[in-house]
Amino acid sequence: MRIASPAIEVENLRKIYRVREGGSWRGRTREIVALDGISFAVPRGQIAGFIGPNGAGKSTAIKILSGILRPSSGLVRVGDLIPWENRIAHVARIGVVFGQRTQLWWDLSVGEGLALLRDIYGVEPDRFARNRARLADALDLHAIMDQSVRQLSLGQRMRAEIAAALIHDPEVLILDEPTIGLDAPSKLAVRAFVRDLRREQGTTVLLTTHDMHDIEALAERVIVIGHGRILADSPFEALRATTLSERRLEVDFIGTPPVFDLPPGAKETERDGRSVTITFDPRQIPAPALVAHLGALAGLDDLRIGRPAIEEIITRFYADHAS
Amino acid sequence: MHNAKSRNASVSGLALYRRMAWASIVAQLRYPGTFFLQMTGNFVTTLLGFFGIWSLFQRFGSIGGWDLGAVAVLYGLVNVAFSVSETLGRGFEVFGGEYVRTGQFDRLLLRPRPTLLLLLGHELRLRPIGRFLQGAFVLGAGLWLAPHVSWSAVWLVPWAITGGAAMFLGVLIGQAALCFKTVEGLEVVNVLTYGGVEAGQYPLTMFSRWLRRFLTWGLPLAGVCYYPALAMLAHPDPLGMPLAFGMVSPAMGFVFLGLMIWVWRKGVASYVSSGS
Ligand SMILES: Nc1ncnc2c1ncn2[C@@H]1O[C@H](COP(=O)(O)OP(=O)(O)O)[C@@H](O)[C@H]1O
Ligand SMILES: [Mg+2]
Repeated sequence: MRIASPAIEVENLRKIYRVREGGSWRGRTREIVALDGISFAVPRGQIAGFIGPNGAGKSTAIKILSGILRPSSGLVRVGDLIPWENRIAHVARIGVVFGQRTQLWWDLSVGEGLALLRDIYGVEPDRFARNRARLADALDLHAIMDQSVRQLSLGQRMRAEIAAALIHDPEVLILDEPTIGLDAPSKLAVRAFVRDLRREQGTTVLLTTHDMHDIEALAERVIVIGHGRILADSPFEALRATTLSERRLEVDFIGTPPVFDLPPGAKETERDGRSVTITFDPRQIPAPALVAHLGALAGLDDLRIGRPAIEEIITRFYADHAS
Repeated sequence: MHNAKSRNASVSGLALYRRMAWASIVAQLRYPGTFFLQMTGNFVTTLLGFFGIWSLFQRFGSIGGWDLGAVAVLYGLVNVAFSVSETLGRGFEVFGGEYVRTGQFDRLLLRPRPTLLLLLGHELRLRPIGRFLQGAFVLGAGLWLAPHVSWSAVWLVPWAITGGAAMFLGVLIGQAALCFKTVEGLEVVNVLTYGGVEAGQYPLTMFSRWLRRFLTWGLPLAGVCYYPALAMLAHPDPLGMPLAFGMVSPAMGFVFLGLMIWVWRKGVASYVSSGS
């Protein structure tokens, strides 16, 4: 076995969807390039985050890596298997969670579903008992083990889904938007679990998300994808330094905002009615200094500080990298 | 850590099927009252169908040179075979609506098992037991009424039924495979299942030439029911096929099933390369 080989290797992966326009039998076909030659490798035991705007190709890449979609060209190895050529052996070694659809059985209880998965994956009984107990503790499933999946809240269901994806000890865990629609405590629980999983089991994790906090909490490595291409592939800290370091300050005035000067590192980006949005780089001008600078202005009503939403960063990032 | 590679005990496909089937039976029996009513309803509606045929005999005495006993045998074979396929093939019947349209088929592809096995395990449906019992009852009555029954019936009956069940299961699998291309207008395919059951209840001689050809060499309904029935009743074929043909012809049901499994594999391959 090649211990040093990466858990996931992707080389020049392309996927072109052909969609029929008009009737389902006749009519022209249109081509959609969902992946336009992407390459990356994820070493064993790494948590890699896959981000990018809607339609960037994240789910397409995830489906190919999961063995449920065949690429138009390019190479993928997960472990030492090519997913679409050896589906059954491949899927036995990975765990997949799609945030938007359930992997469990609506009519069965969580416990019954896990038992069925034990037989589907052929997990030995004692290993199953150990994994089930460990996952029930870590994901707080004891209270819902006998409840049918239909009755679970979204947060409870997502925890059950993650347990279901891990009952067979996969080497690679693939998560497609695992925190979508979850409330704050459930998001925190999912993040804490994934972090521990990687530390204790050494599982390689690839996740896509829209929530920058997921990335911040989990990923050592961020792969930014846009229009089917990789725009950036860097450690999280590096991406944060270039793009995420930006902060925003929204300033409300009692009347029409006055015209004012800003210190270096800050600039006005928007003016709308009674409020002004200022974008600044905290390394050049720390937030307290900026607030102190503005405090001298007359008619100041309120100040809000925040980070730009991920969509905005990605859009900016994309605009910066498009040319 | 993940160094222990030989960790997964293998559970055979059959054992897994038993587990899934058992889980579905438990689910169906969760409301026993409803279940019993549905099964009785299934029994009664199919029996009414037979009374329709029976009343034809009351008026005409015989159909296509067949007496009531012989037609009852045919009727029983087709219905029992179809009920077995309905019991096993529910997952294929609902495939378009519950798997393709919803994207749940992706979920199946994530399981390290053949898709056909997982869909067989969708449900072991108990409701068709009504049709099964009713068909078996009519089949028994037919064999008792028929003037002459060959000893070969002892093994021809189960052989024809398995061949027939294989054929109808093949139809369901083929129908499911079509859902990879389109999920609209598939009611048309019901012509082959429910229409097949209807057609199979009547002697082949009643149909026009091209339909006879189709029911022998296309959808091999005659191979699994009509010819075996002739053989067990020692009733010479008005169309001139030797009686021994009916002893091997149920195999055509398995050939048809094999063909449909091949079509299914093609469908899965095209799904996997086109995306849902
Ligand atoms: N099954 C499909 N058939 C045709 N086009 C598709 C299909 N799935 C995705 N696409 C298209 O491919 C592109 C990438 O989609 P997707 O991988 O879902 O992106 P993301 O997950 O990043 O939002 C989009 O333009 C989308 O409309
Ligand atoms: Mg997506």
